[in-house]
Amino acid sequence: MDVLFQNVRELVALADKENKLISEIMIEQEMLISGRSRETIMEQMERNLVVMEEAVERGLKGVQSVTGLTGGDAVLIQNYIANGKSLSGELLLDAVSKAVATNEVNAAMGTICATPTAGSAGVVPGTLFAVQHKLNPTREQMIRYLFTSGAFGFVVANNASISGAAGGCQAEVGSAAAMAAAAIVEMAGGTPAQCAEGFAITLKNMLGLVCDPVAGLVEVPCVKRNAMGAANALVAADMALAGVTSRIPCDEVIGAMYRIGQAMSPNLKETARGGLAATPTGREIAQKIFGSAMPS
Amino acid sequence: MKFTSVFDIIGPVMIGPSSSHTAGAARIGRVARDLFGRQPKWVKIHLYGSFAETYRGHGTDVALVGGVLGYDTDDERIKTAFEEAEKAGLEFEFIPEQAAKEHPNTARLLMGDDSGEMSVEGISIGGGKIEISEVNGFKLRLTGGMPAILVVHQDRTGCIANVANCLAMHSVNIGHMEVSRIERGLTALMVIEVDQNIDERILEQLSYIPHITKVSKINN
Repeated sequence: MDVLFQNVRELVALADKENKLISEIMIEQEMLISGRSRETIMEQMERNLVVMEEAVERGLKGVQSVTGLTGGDAVLIQNYIANGKSLSGELLLDAVSKAVATNEVNAAMGTICATPTAGSAGVVPGTLFAVQHKLNPTREQMIRYLFTSGAFGFVVANNASISGAAGGCQAEVGSAAAMAAAAIVEMAGGTPAQCAEGFAITLKNMLGLVCDPVAGLVEVPCVKRNAMGAANALVAADMALAGVTSRIPCDEVIGAMYRIGQAMSPNLKETARGGLAATPTGREIAQKIFGSAMPS
Repeated sequence: MKFTSVFDIIGPVMIGPSSSHTAGAARIGRVARDLFGRQPKWVKIHLYGSFAETYRGHGTDVALVGGVLGYDTDDERIKTAFEEAEKAGLEFEFIPEQAAKEHPNTARLLMGDDSGEMSVEGISIGGGKIEISEVNGFKLRLTGGMPAILVVHQDRTGCIANVANCLAMHSVNIGHMEVSRIERGLTALMVIEVDQNIDERILEQLSYIPHITKVSKINN
């Protein structure tokens, strides 16, 4: 199948050569592959955007998962921001709370849009709906944010993995955070190369992150990993916009992520047999919910 | 390339909590039902790897049953699929397996009713995307992303040409085709990916061709 880009180097080179945004290259590739019109593709992405907006809205009102393990933290963080005493900054915490909101809705079996997965669905919308208030994007720019994220996610999915069972949490929240960083950079007016730097800086700091869900549920630590993924994305985007570059090129960071995932023990890849799932408290929670500890 | 569309990455819209364990599972169930051609009376679902370890927590069980009931990934009824199955007269059973499969998220569905049985093995490769890896013991690779026709037939000369002719008569273009057989002269399987959805009429005509045992389809 003919695609316009197979890796980040080609993606950035093409954007530079044609003087286009990363999001534009992704839209053109989607038109090419699907044979559908630009209008149809933009409409489909806007429907995804609407689902994201509704999920955040629902999460900010407060939800509880069936197990009661997660829910309500997005509200706590919003209340804290409203007190005006936040240390890490309102925009950053706003992104964190909205990432948490989305994942609390996901844990409660609500409707979300996977970005790139459900367990990591908070990061991209969380950052988008926070930077929105600072950058005042048009509706089209908000939709483009998702295409920019998608372009980088496309490269990761085809060259490494976006599955926690195959590559650990680095492949899920790690990928999501890096995708978000690239999209923030584009929305803030950065160059395609700076998008790639933002992506690389984020993913480098997520390498090695294991997938160790307590009781096998997408709740602990997934919700808070989305929070930190959003924070990581914002800081890395700022660094890239400041002109900081990654010494290891983006595609090589993706390659490293893949190989780390291959080397990771299956106990740490979404089997609930290791990491936080295997702590005394993690096992106790599993016992309480299912009446039996997860197999060791 | 495993992922071809941006909507594989930004999407699907789905009921949580896991794209691979919930949305992917629902899709495997749904494709299995489509291949069976109707709602089965019973289904035995063997789970491997991460599916076997975490299926309860991820809602993999309700999603698979929901899929077999014909639900899409964003269907709210996934949450109550067990109750819906009882109403619809579908018996189900889950069998977590110890054996290691090539991919950690593998499910094998054995389903049937008074008129027949079928086995379908699917893997969830991440982000809600799936591949069907085996049907009735035949190894294959089917993404479910394109409409497809599966034809079980006797391994006889001319069978493939007859099927291709029938499709050509209905102006159906073949995008990709694979043929496999267990042993020469015995049962064989054609997997034909096509460019448009197939209606029942074409399926019926295919089933009249000599040496064709069974025809099923996946629409998109």
